[in-house]
Amino acid sequence: MIDNLPFLVVAITILLGLYTLLLKKDLIKIIMGISLIESGVNLFLITLGYRWDSIAPIFTGAPSLAMVMPTVQALTLTSIVIGVATLALLLSMVMIIYRYYRTTDVREVSKLQG
Amino acid sequence: MMRTKVAWFTLVVLAGSLLFAALSIPFGDPAMSDMDDYFIAHGQEQTGANNIVTSIVFDFRAFDTLGEACVLFTAVFGVSVLFRLRKKGEDYEYE
Amino acid sequence: MSDSLSKIIRTTADVMFLFITVFGFYIVLHGHLTPGGGFQGGAVIATGFILLIVAYKLEDFLGWFQKRTFQNCEMSGLVLFIGTALAAIPLGYLFFMNFLNGTGGLFGQAVPFGINPGFLNTAGTIPIMNIAVGIEVLGGLSIIILYMTTGIRSHEEGE
Repeated sequence: MIDNLPFLVVAITILLGLYTLLLKKDLIKIIMGISLIESGVNLFLITLGYRWDSIAPIFTGAPSLAMVMPTVQALTLTSIVIGVATLALLLSMVMIIYRYYRTTDVREVSKLQG
Repeated sequence: MMRTKVAWFTLVVLAGSLLFAALSIPFGDPAMSDMDDYFIAHGQEQTGANNIVTSIVFDFRAFDTLGEACVLFTAVFGVSVLFRLRKKGEDYEYE
Repeated sequence: MSDSLSKIIRTTADVMFLFITVFGFYIVLHGHLTPGGGFQGGAVIATGFILLIVAYKLEDFLGWFQKRTFQNCEMSGLVLFIGTALAAIPLGYLFFMNFLNGTGGLFGQAVPFGINPGFLNTAGTIPIMNIAVGIEVLGGLSIIILYMTTGIRSHEEGE
């Protein structure tokens, strides 16, 4: 139970993000929810690759040769940069929307509804 | 409101399944690690880099990095199109 | 938004910019030996530029660094990255082959396997790709923040 604490943190982070995404009406808060889900996924990837009593997979002055799994860390690196890119695009679009509607409430942004 | 109820129902179902999954995955003992063991054992002699993560990002899985660089470029392109300089009086056309 | 911040903040930004930039280039250059790499180092250097954007007026910053500089940074980083990958093909290897490793030339020193203190001149094409991606991320993140700041300013001046 207590060993699974990292996975519990991942689950709670993703749930907070889903709550924000589903029930909030503000565009900035929705973007915050997306970022929270993204952080949860990154943490999940890192946590999956952990092995007990291991070190980071770097040979420079390493104290031992038991190392954690490196592939998930490389995937997380990719995921973080893509997260930054999507975050920048989303925030730019919210800035454009705010400039023309003077609000970030999704119920007021009515021209996008069909 | 119907929509709020559906959202809460989805949230509760997802919470149950996520918490069940979080409590049932064994932590610190991954089951399938053949590929990572191969990278740790042979990555240094095949690429010459001490940092195995860098050797994966830039050598073993370099196509992944190429796609990622393209994604970053596309994001910069999109932001620069959204905030392009306009002449005075030029406006968005959205009607 | 059009005012720069107080003198204390500006002086601190001036001093910190040098250290942040040097630290970022250290992370980029030692990406194959220590934790770090092109993406992280590029993000650190971009943070230095963003610190200058926040502390000073935008006109001041655009007087020191052109937008075109960052655009050229990003272009050249991407071209260097793909060019390093493509350079393996005329030499008879596959795309993205690490053809410089162990040849004794640039970044080609033979690495002692196992735990070692770390030598900078190793790892073949990986340091070159690190530098390329570092330059690209530097330009990309800086130009994103620069465009967004320009967007805020043109918004505040009114349509």
